[in-house]
Amino acid sequence: MSMTILTVDDSRAMRDMLRHSLVAAGFRVIQAEDGLHGLEVLAAEAPDVIVTDINMPRMDGFGFIQAVRQDEARRATPVLVLTTEVDVEKKNRAREAGATGWIVKPFDPVKLVDAIRRVAA
Amino acid sequence: MEDPLAAIRVTFFQECEEQLSELESGLIAMENGTAESETVNAVFRAVHSMKGGAGIFALDELVRFAHVFETALDKVRSGSLEATPPVVAIFLRAADILADLVRAARDGGAVDQARVADVVKAFDEIEGQKEIPGSHEEEMVADPSEAQDNVWEVTFTPYPALYAKANEAALLLRELNRLGETEIKLDTSLLPELLELDPEGAYLTWLITLKSDCEESDIRELFEFVEDDCRLEIGRSETEGFAPGTVITGDNGFKFEFFPPMEEEIEEETEVKVVEKKKEEAAPKPVEQALVHASAVQAMVTKAETANSVAPTIRVDLDRVDRMIDLVGELVINEAMLSQRVLEAGINRASGVAMALEELEHLTREIQDSVMAIRAQPVRSVFQRMPRLVREVAAMTGKQVRLVTEGEATEVDKTVIERIADPLTHMIRNAIDHGLESTESRIAAGKPAEGTVRLTAVHRSGRIVLEVADDGGGINRSRVRQKAVENGLILPDAQLSDEEIDNLIFLPGFSTAAKVSDISGRGVGMDVVRQSIQALGGRISISSRPGYGSTFTLSLPLTLAVLDGMVVSAHNHTLIIPLGAIMETLKPRAEDVFPLDGDLNMLALRGGYVPVVDVAHCLGYSVQHAEPEQSVALLVEGEGGARAVLLVDAIHGQRQVVIKSLEANYRAVPGIAAATVMGDGRVALIVDVDAVVQNAGAESNAHTAELNNLEISGGAA
Repeated sequence: MSMTILTVDDSRAMRDMLRHSLVAAGFRVIQAEDGLHGLEVLAAEAPDVIVTDINMPRMDGFGFIQAVRQDEARRATPVLVLTTEVDVEKKNRAREAGATGWIVKPFDPVKLVDAIRRVAA
Repeated sequence: MEDPLAAIRVTFFQECEEQLSELESGLIAMENGTAESETVNAVFRAVHSMKGGAGIFALDELVRFAHVFETALDKVRSGSLEATPPVVAIFLRAADILADLVRAARDGGAVDQARVADVVKAFDEIEGQKEIPGSHEEEMVADPSEAQDNVWEVTFTPYPALYAKANEAALLLRELNRLGETEIKLDTSLLPELLELDPEGAYLTWLITLKSDCEESDIRELFEFVEDDCRLEIGRSETEGFAPGTVITGDNGFKFEFFPPMEEEIEEETEVKVVEKKKEEAAPKPVEQALVHASAVQAMVTKAETANSVAPTIRVDLDRVDRMIDLVGELVINEAMLSQRVLEAGINRASGVAMALEELEHLTREIQDSVMAIRAQPVRSVFQRMPRLVREVAAMTGKQVRLVTEGEATEVDKTVIERIADPLTHMIRNAIDHGLESTESRIAAGKPAEGTVRLTAVHRSGRIVLEVADDGGGINRSRVRQKAVENGLILPDAQLSDEEIDNLIFLPGFSTAAKVSDISGRGVGMDVVRQSIQALGGRISISSRPGYGSTFTLSLPLTLAVLDGMVVSAHNHTLIIPLGAIMETLKPRAEDVFPLDGDLNMLALRGGYVPVVDVAHCLGYSVQHAEPEQSVALLVEGEGGARAVLLVDAIHGQRQVVIKSLEANYRAVPGIAAATVMGDGRVALIVDVDAVVQNAGAESNAHTAELNNLEISGGAA
């Protein structure tokens, strides 16, 4: 069965781009527009990997990852942060929040797929 | 099949526009001191998001500028830079440049590099005050060609904890490989015999030779998250590890880092929670810590609820909405036809059929309104462009201007929105350039130095009313009058009310400004504004109080899909004349009609002459000319304020009609703008007033001048 990836990003262009790249790799893609929406989606879906942005309205990536980690059923789900942030301090915050990995945009679709496969393994 | 990337690109630019308006309104809130803490975040996010998207499409110029902008905004966000008025002013300039860069990227074209450089320099200056210059920007600017490849010797020995945290040594090695070319050796000397092997132990050491232009810190960074769980030695190799000429492949800046799972911490947290729970069970009073936790959760829930109260939205293709509007238009026509048939059949109004029909009529109207509302958008998008304009014009004229906007949420059809931007821009320019006095004159007049331009939108009786008001000197009526006489627009002895004088400024070619400035344009006056407003079925008027300022009022239909029309008949044909074009209706007297050469008649109207158009004749319904005194005359105004009197047989009343394109269903017909279907099922044509007036005007121009000259000499006698 193909893997399901949840992408959380407030930019529709970015979501579309992610969908385009991930669907091409044979993944099933579900999307959310921000952290809060992501949590709503997670109530009904169990993705294999989550890819989230950091800067989003309503609930940012840090809050989202924290909430995901507090959910017993989702604690083991790998969460990759996909961001343009290069700040080490933010990277550490993401790590403390419970992120599995950190990818700096702009992303190379092939390598992103590669990274997803690795963390999901 | 549409190229998905092209579609994503379109989406990206749409989002950029949204983010640009968010950016601008946020910055303006900061400028006015009405910013909330979330405002700065939203502003930052807008720039950040544009940078991210621009990265996908390799819009490097945009990425670079957004990065500089974002860096400064982030400092404001973190509190290390204060958003003083000069700082916000630079942000506003940066937002303007960002908008230009986005549009240049979208439409092709270039952005003035000097302006970009100016703002970048300004950023450097404000940041320089607070920060040691060149701390981290340096690495961005560093010329890669200067960097020399180093050969690094890395020794990596994971401890059991590293594996326990689900880290993959191979993964780290692969990451290392991304820094440059690697040669990896595995040291298995510590590996015990199988029987003695602890399956959760760690026995391996990797020796890596890395040829890369990276710094030691880059390598350390890779191992940052496992540094406590391994032994890591990094040293520079003395020997050349690689053959010269080795090609090191780039990686498009792709960077991926794998964090170790934070299992221990999570477990600790869970334990704490369990303890708290037990305590809660034991004692009814929750411990303080649990309270803190609970309030944090509560805060999050509250935040979530507030955020959820924002109404969800969907994006729909405009074509689909338009198709629906079309269908509803058909429905309205059908319903009207049905009503008429039922009426004609003599069915009692109190009967069940008639009542059900009435219900249907209400529902149909409601559906129509709801569908129209889908196309409706708040005028905000247009209003938000104005602050930038005001800043620019204020800077050019050296005036101090404050723009106040009200009613940004007022909704109007998307097409109308798109087409009011230009007229509004022009009116606001005019208000600042011509309306407001110079700062010195204002102070001399005892007014505040800063002039105010007020832009408001409001719904009034099924139309949207937009006002542009300034608190300047008002219309200089004697100048306007003088100018109008000079240009031959009015007679020197014409008796005009103040209102009529004010309205002279809408006449073509009229301009009171002593010199034509760059700002208000060359020869482009309020007549152009009026033209575009009328093309939308709108009206424009001015009211002015000397010394207190002028107010321009635009009234526009909320939609272009329906039209308020006057139903008239001409030679047994039913026609619709757009209500917006009709100035007045009158019954002409025989002595006021002056026949000219050929078929043309002129009607004397308050000291001027207006060409008479016999509608039935003009549209080819009748060869015979109607008798003016037996007809009803409609004084109409077309593009550019040209007037004509339309002669029709009778007026049957006003009604709202659904516009059907004649071109799409048949072909373009001169003199006819569109068609509609009446309640009796018959098609009625909508008269193209502009075309008719223009036609009449062309024929009569020469004669009008003649007549006016006659009148002048006659009047003197």
